[in-house]
Amino acid sequence: MNALMQRVWDRALEERVPLSVQFDLTYRCNERCVHCYLDHDDHGEMTTAEVKGVLDQLASAGTLFLIFSGGELLLRKDLFELLGYARALGFDIKLKTNAILLGEREADRIRDLGIRSVQVSIYSHRPEIHDAITKVPGSLHRSLAAIRFLRARGLHVLIANVLMRQNAGDYPHVRALAAELGVDCTIDPTITPKMDGDTSILNLRIAEPQLLRVYTDKSLLGDPANEPPPPTDDEMLDALPCSAGHTACYISPYGDVFPCVQFPMPTGNLRGQRFGDVWHQSPQMNEVRAIRVRDLPTCSTCSFMTTCTRCPGLAYMEGNMKGPSSADCEKSTARARGLAAERT
Amino acid sequence: MSDVFFTRADKLAARKVAGEIVILRADDSSLYVLNPVASAVWEAADGRTPLDAVVRDVICRDYDVDAETALRDATELLAALSAQGLLRTSDQPLPAADQAPPHGAGA
Repeated sequence: MNALMQRVWDRALEERVPLSVQFDLTYRCNERCVHCYLDHDDHGEMTTAEVKGVLDQLASAGTLFLIFSGGELLLRKDLFELLGYARALGFDIKLKTNAILLGEREADRIRDLGIRSVQVSIYSHRPEIHDAITKVPGSLHRSLAAIRFLRARGLHVLIANVLMRQNAGDYPHVRALAAELGVDCTIDPTITPKMDGDTSILNLRIAEPQLLRVYTDKSLLGDPANEPPPPTDDEMLDALPCSAGHTACYISPYGDVFPCVQFPMPTGNLRGQRFGDVWHQSPQMNEVRAIRVRDLPTCSTCSFMTTCTRCPGLAYMEGNMKGPSSADCEKSTARARGLAAERT
Repeated sequence: MSDVFFTRADKLAARKVAGEIVILRADDSSLYVLNPVASAVWEAADGRTPLDAVVRDVICRDYDVDAETALRDATELLAALSAQGLLRTSDQPLPAADQAPPHGAGA
């Protein structure tokens, strides 16, 4: 992050501005990814008018970065009406989609609206693997065609490559595919429990040897610093665990407000409350905000604390938002072993 | 000097954050943060109000500066923002910008 952007985030933090919001417009989806944490039945999505009302409130609250996601966004028949409305309110917009419904006409509209970035989920370069994960035959072909449509119009595209047991070895090929397409690519080995607490999909997480491979892959990380992690100091202990609830939050298709998409702690609902009231006055949101690293009984004394990417939402889903997140403990261990191997 | 009208360019995101206008370009992700005077000019960019009126009714009202200096500085600012592709200028009134005036917190 450059210094100017950091300054914007710092000012937002000082003034408690929800600078970045992920807004899922639907949980319905046309894929059935094996690792998905959502319930795809429609339990009463917000209407077009309700979504517009929320967007008005977010603009007033100071939100600049708006991530529209789902479910699959393109299943909302009012998607482009909502995108146009949001752009007229001055939001910077990123879309997350599987893109299998995205043709040339949709790509034109996305370009014309001034959408800054489109993230597309690609699990493998091999159709038999990608399509087995999405459970939609032909989905890789269609998603890649959509990426080409977007790129042909000069749009920024990011491939999101979630790693699980089925595709753990494919990421170098997905990255090569991204390079060929002229798009960016992120690798993420995080599989989260379902939002209802069901942990059955966690068995899809990649095994430790595969995780170690990811964390020792210099093409992903650059040369790991061949030094031990920096020592813990007061500044680190007084730091915030993450931006959730401080400068960022998440809104579900039903109007529920959470600190983050990975932090399903109910803090309010926009069908009965104003966003500003939830953001500033929710006891749950303020409880999240009060936590500093030194308040984490296990993590604050952990030797990996200074390099850990601990997610408080994952910890919350494991039963204690001040506790460790086992997925991040595994990552930290793999990272440390990778560093140790590098030194020998 | 003839009237100068100005409006915000398309495909920009903008919001007032803690009193400053933050602008992000969709095409290359360039980020701009305007100081309070430039923010006031940006907020007045409706395509219908000429620059000298903005200087007289906004800048000179809110800041301790004489009209001549303020107009010269505002003209330079307009040129700089136009050169960056953030504003469009004309000697005729322009269609309203495609974005509503930036909302924002902490202003």
